[in-house]
Amino acid sequence: MSEERKPGEPANEISRRAFLAALTTSAVTATAAALSPLKDVVDLPTLEEFLRLHYKELTPEDKKAILERIAAQVEKDYGVRPNVTDPPPIPGVEFGYALNIGRCIGCRKCVYACAKENNQSRNPQIQYIRVLQMRKGSIDVESAKTDYEGEVPKDGFYYMPVQCHQCRKAPCVKACPVQATWQEPDGIVVIDYNWCIGCRYCMAACPYGARRFNFEKPEIPKDELNPEMGYLSNRPRPKGVVEKCHFCLHRTRKGKYPACVEVCPTGSRKFGNLLDPDSEIANIIKTKRVYVLKEEVGTLPRFYYYFNL
Amino acid sequence: MTQAIKDYAVFVGRCARKTLDGDWRYYLWMTALTAVSLLGLNAYCKQLVAGLTVTGMSDQVSWGLYIANFTFLVGMAAAAVMLVVPVYVYKDETLHDVVIFGELLAVAVIVMCLLFVTADLGRPDRFWHMIPGIGKFNWPISMLSWDVIVLNGYLALNVQISGYLVYMVYLKRKPAKIWYIPFVFIAMFWAISIHTVTAFLYVGLGGRPFWNSAIVAPRFLASAFTAGPGFLILTLQVIRRLSSYKVTDKALFMLRDIVQVSMIINVFLLLCELFKEFYTDSAHVASAKYLFFGLHGHYGLVPWIWTAMVLDSAALILLVLPFSRRLRYLSLACVLAIVGIWIEKGMGMVIPAFIPSPLGEIVEYFPTLNEWLICAGIWGFGMLLYTILLKMTIPVLTGQLTPRESAAMNIESKTVWHGNFRDAA
Repeated sequence: MSEERKPGEPANEISRRAFLAALTTSAVTATAAALSPLKDVVDLPTLEEFLRLHYKELTPEDKKAILERIAAQVEKDYGVRPNVTDPPPIPGVEFGYALNIGRCIGCRKCVYACAKENNQSRNPQIQYIRVLQMRKGSIDVESAKTDYEGEVPKDGFYYMPVQCHQCRKAPCVKACPVQATWQEPDGIVVIDYNWCIGCRYCMAACPYGARRFNFEKPEIPKDELNPEMGYLSNRPRPKGVVEKCHFCLHRTRKGKYPACVEVCPTGSRKFGNLLDPDSEIANIIKTKRVYVLKEEVGTLPRFYYYFNL
Repeated sequence: MTQAIKDYAVFVGRCARKTLDGDWRYYLWMTALTAVSLLGLNAYCKQLVAGLTVTGMSDQVSWGLYIANFTFLVGMAAAAVMLVVPVYVYKDETLHDVVIFGELLAVAVIVMCLLFVTADLGRPDRFWHMIPGIGKFNWPISMLSWDVIVLNGYLALNVQISGYLVYMVYLKRKPAKIWYIPFVFIAMFWAISIHTVTAFLYVGLGGRPFWNSAIVAPRFLASAFTAGPGFLILTLQVIRRLSSYKVTDKALFMLRDIVQVSMIINVFLLLCELFKEFYTDSAHVASAKYLFFGLHGHYGLVPWIWTAMVLDSAALILLVLPFSRRLRYLSLACVLAIVGIWIEKGMGMVIPAFIPSPLGEIVEYFPTLNEWLICAGIWGFGMLLYTILLKMTIPVLTGQLTPRESAAMNIESKTVWHGNFRDAA
């Protein structure tokens, strides 16, 4: 105001300054009040986390340090020392999945095995597999139900479980603005939970509704935590990032079956290496009636449905 | 060079001081906007602590009001170009004196867009992952990465153009063409691009049939060129009432022509879309059915869209009839059109694509109070910013603020403080 104030300034100039001072004070107070909820923040990223580079730019030492940091954090939060690894894709392997739609009885054992194996939040509930109860004679998903209850299988219905289809032309990978999700050489579409910005464009892009978002901090009971963890798979996720099925890569890259395959009581779920002509999965694709969901979208899934004749 | 920067800083500082001048109505307006912005900030802090769980969004409806507002506002920002084109391409001077207000609107609105996107992020602390060169930008593959570039580029262009032109008026110098003409022409195409890219964000998703339609980009542009100039018609009337800046009726009616034609095209394109959806009546009509008539007993968006349809129709009728040659009716038509388009592009365009979900589930979306507060806060802040930009610029344009610090100016600014700022003229 210096240029406007001259000797012999009128009284209202003083009252104006008092007015502006009062205004400034109340604005500062009001801003402080507005910001007050921030005092309850518990999950601020550390400086190390904040400045971390993209997964593909990490050196082996960086990665080691990060895995160690995650292990320490898990131990602090859950009182369990986890074994956090980052198994690489196996050369010459492309994973594929086949689901026998004629045998599935809709028991949802896979859903719960998956949640347990992959340390999914129990509250709010996050599940990677959704089982659709479909009316016989219809393939219209709109007439399907996912919240069916009671004894299964029900007369007049068949069951179609849906999870991430690990598409060869994955729309979610294209959508991500920061390359936080990408396709690995073994075909698995992975997410780096430390890189995802939580914009949820991938969720809009996915034609199979396979992606889940952590709307709040996930809650897992301490005694139910699975301590065998993979960096790109089942380690506990932070709030505000997207997650989804990753074919249990911390198991499958070590030669085991995914949890859902292992638990299925009807043997409807088949899993293996598409590139191995003698594998069960390759055999199913060759010999059975096979289809993919929403073929018209052109995403070329690695997840097949089949039925026996 | 340093001297030039210093001079410019002095200019900005002196303009900024002008934002303190005003009568009680101005202070009331600014206080109200600040209060609303702070309410929004408070709501956002709550969201930051608890996560997006405080919103009405879900895994099925993963985008809501934030992205709806964002989509609408990108259009508002793009509309500034509709003032520039007649002036610079057709050398029609009618709108010459108001071009700057369109550009300032674009600046304020783009800031709002960026705030809405930030409010929508689950991890705003990782925003730097999106900065080209530093983060890991998925360009040119991801349409969202395009959006980041075009929006920030458009912001920079408009800051440059308006900042330079106003400074030249202040210095009473004729602007050097090299410093604004190229930017003006780039900004013209850029304006179209921001809304086209935003449309492509939706169009490019094969898994969402409701969005996967080539007509979305033209529809977006038509509705943007209705709502944007409509908003300016309202703003310009406020400016000429409250300041000494002259805005001619001719300029307002030229904007009416633009709004009128755009609204006709907008409604026509909407009808084209509706025909395709409902006449074909394929499985893909589900979202449109949910939007207009409800689906399997769920009617969440039906009141919204019919409100929009009524407002749009009323605005269209007013605009095509000679009524709207009277300013009162024109203003009414603009308000109706703006609200109608806000609904049509937000709740009527973003949300229904998620319902039913790709697996056929119907999960409805109802925004929460916290979500509404954040939206109101961003709107309040945007209006605050626009008011500040206008308050900084108008004294320069009316010749009240010049580099000379004469005694006359002091008297003038005091007059402003005593009475309302119209007397200053």
